[in-house]
Amino acid sequence: MSGMELVCPAGTPAALEAAVDAGADAVYLGFRDETNARNFPGLNFDRDELARGIAYAHKSGTKVFVAINTYPRAGAPKAWHAALDDAARLKADAVIVADLGLADYARRKHPKLRLHLSVQAAAATPAALRLYKKEFGIRRVVLPRVLTVPEIAHLIRAVPIETEVFVFGGLCVMAEGRCQLSSYATGKSPNMNGVCSPASHVAYVETDGRLSATLGGYTIDGFEKGEPAGYPTLCKGRFAVEGHASYVFEEPTSLNAFSLLPELRKAGVKALKIEGRQRGRAYVAQVVSAFRQAVDALDRGAPLPASALAALTEGGRETGGAYRKTWR
Amino acid sequence: MSRRTSKKKPAGALTLGPVLYNWEPALWRDFYFRIADEAPVDTVVVGEVVCSKREPFFAPQIPKVVERLEAAGKEVVLAGLALVTNRREMATLEELATDAAHVVEANDIAAIALLQGRPHDVGPHVNVYNEGTLAWLARRGARRVALPIELSMAQIAAIAARRGKAEIEVFAFGRAPLALSARCYSARARGLRKDNCQFVCAGLAQGMALETLDAKPFLVVNGTTTMSATWIDLAAHVGALRKAGVGRLRLSPEVVDMVAVARVFRGLLDGADPKAAQKALASLAPQARFSDGFLRGTTGADGLAA
Repeated sequence: MSGMELVCPAGTPAALEAAVDAGADAVYLGFRDETNARNFPGLNFDRDELARGIAYAHKSGTKVFVAINTYPRAGAPKAWHAALDDAARLKADAVIVADLGLADYARRKHPKLRLHLSVQAAAATPAALRLYKKEFGIRRVVLPRVLTVPEIAHLIRAVPIETEVFVFGGLCVMAEGRCQLSSYATGKSPNMNGVCSPASHVAYVETDGRLSATLGGYTIDGFEKGEPAGYPTLCKGRFAVEGHASYVFEEPTSLNAFSLLPELRKAGVKALKIEGRQRGRAYVAQVVSAFRQAVDALDRGAPLPASALAALTEGGRETGGAYRKTWR
Repeated sequence: MSRRTSKKKPAGALTLGPVLYNWEPALWRDFYFRIADEAPVDTVVVGEVVCSKREPFFAPQIPKVVERLEAAGKEVVLAGLALVTNRREMATLEELATDAAHVVEANDIAAIALLQGRPHDVGPHVNVYNEGTLAWLARRGARRVALPIELSMAQIAAIAARRGKAEIEVFAFGRAPLALSARCYSARARGLRKDNCQFVCAGLAQGMALETLDAKPFLVVNGTTTMSATWIDLAAHVGALRKAGVGRLRLSPEVVDMVAVARVFRGLLDGADPKAAQKALASLAPQARFSDGFLRGTTGADGLAA
């Protein structure tokens, strides 16, 4: 069994270099506009930065994937088409797309360009995987975070296509690309604008010594004095249902599938994805090198290194997410 | 090009969307019987979209409901599940896709895959954000496409302008299904999991209301689907939607006199006054807060412009 590929986030040229230096097999990144799902201020790459980033990565044998994974705006697909054309021109190793129409464009205009299907397309069934493979020549599918490990194994047996799964970082609890909660509360949408629960719509309000974190004017969480105040990501907030306040959708946890790596490897997963294009270079270096150690250990037939896990779990609250059926 | 596909300008059509809540099966059946007998809708989408675990409760009622609706001259479209994850759900979908007697509405990309080459509809849970995607779907046999709920008027118009032979539908009434998950939040709210959910959603005719910590209504938990607390009401925009080339409006069943709601929207398609229609809807559903922010391109939850 060949080793699993480590696909790492690069929100900036500095993070790209950190990921490459820490042993990433591939990095993924986006252009500085609405064409990618991490359209945050101060992040992402212009064309020159991408060219330089590709040169840097290729020197170490690291691949570069360009995420063009929002849904092109009706009547104005130019920015998305240009992103695809430029990624092809600059010799990105693959582009990551979600939209059917954009995949169709890529297939027709750049038949040799390697296409990966974004998690934002939420392809979770053999029928869906076959469709993307047959119609657009999609080579790899980033699986939605709604599947259990046995379901992933079944998918891989059913359809001969590369699969990539998220193993660390932020966790969408909704089916990716199928959530309009942010849009409902703020007008800004992951699918259309590449943002979720945007900072521009966040405010912290203090009343009677209690701090409320609000998004679009809705209170998403509340904190007592001295309690650390988290960021009000909509689906990680505290709400009241049937008179009882709780984290209705999910606690403010993040995904850590480190201990599941042997199972994912056995299932036939081709690549492991680390979330976090909004993260700095130090974080990227630490997480990538921990997973590098783990993947190398598994390749040698050795157990998962405890030191690597410890480097990932300092003080954080984590979950195995949907990979464990009990999550549902 | 497409504007000339029919000789006479049609008045526009109404689709009654599937019941998204887990209504008591006998009530569910009687709801459709009354729709068959009295509601001026052209098409009725029938079937479980939210959770496959609910399906067995409605399955025995479906043939009777379909028969009654068809006898009354309604077109019946069978809905596929919105989030297909396991083999059992896939098998159900495969069976549905072979139903030769009815058009099937795809609500997941898996259904799009299975329905290739035969006429089918595409529900609002499939991401059709632009004309490129619409064209691709139409080439594969999509005859009618319901657009995502978060699209603005400008975006709807841009897609509808390039609709070709496909018919464009817009979600015009009812709580908006905003998000899908593998996790069941109704079960979670009662300390349970999806696998042993004890069907806590059964009989919750309007789901579970979710409020912010300062008691502001915000969302509705309905099993694996999270819905808006506000009810979409596009009454004020029916004229503009029709002018833009939207052929159909979708009305989503709520606990309200849906026959009367359908009559209001039928009236709007026939040219009735939007302000009066809004008033009529408000008096039919005094419990509802209405919104049209998605269509106006602001924030989804924004209330109707005064």
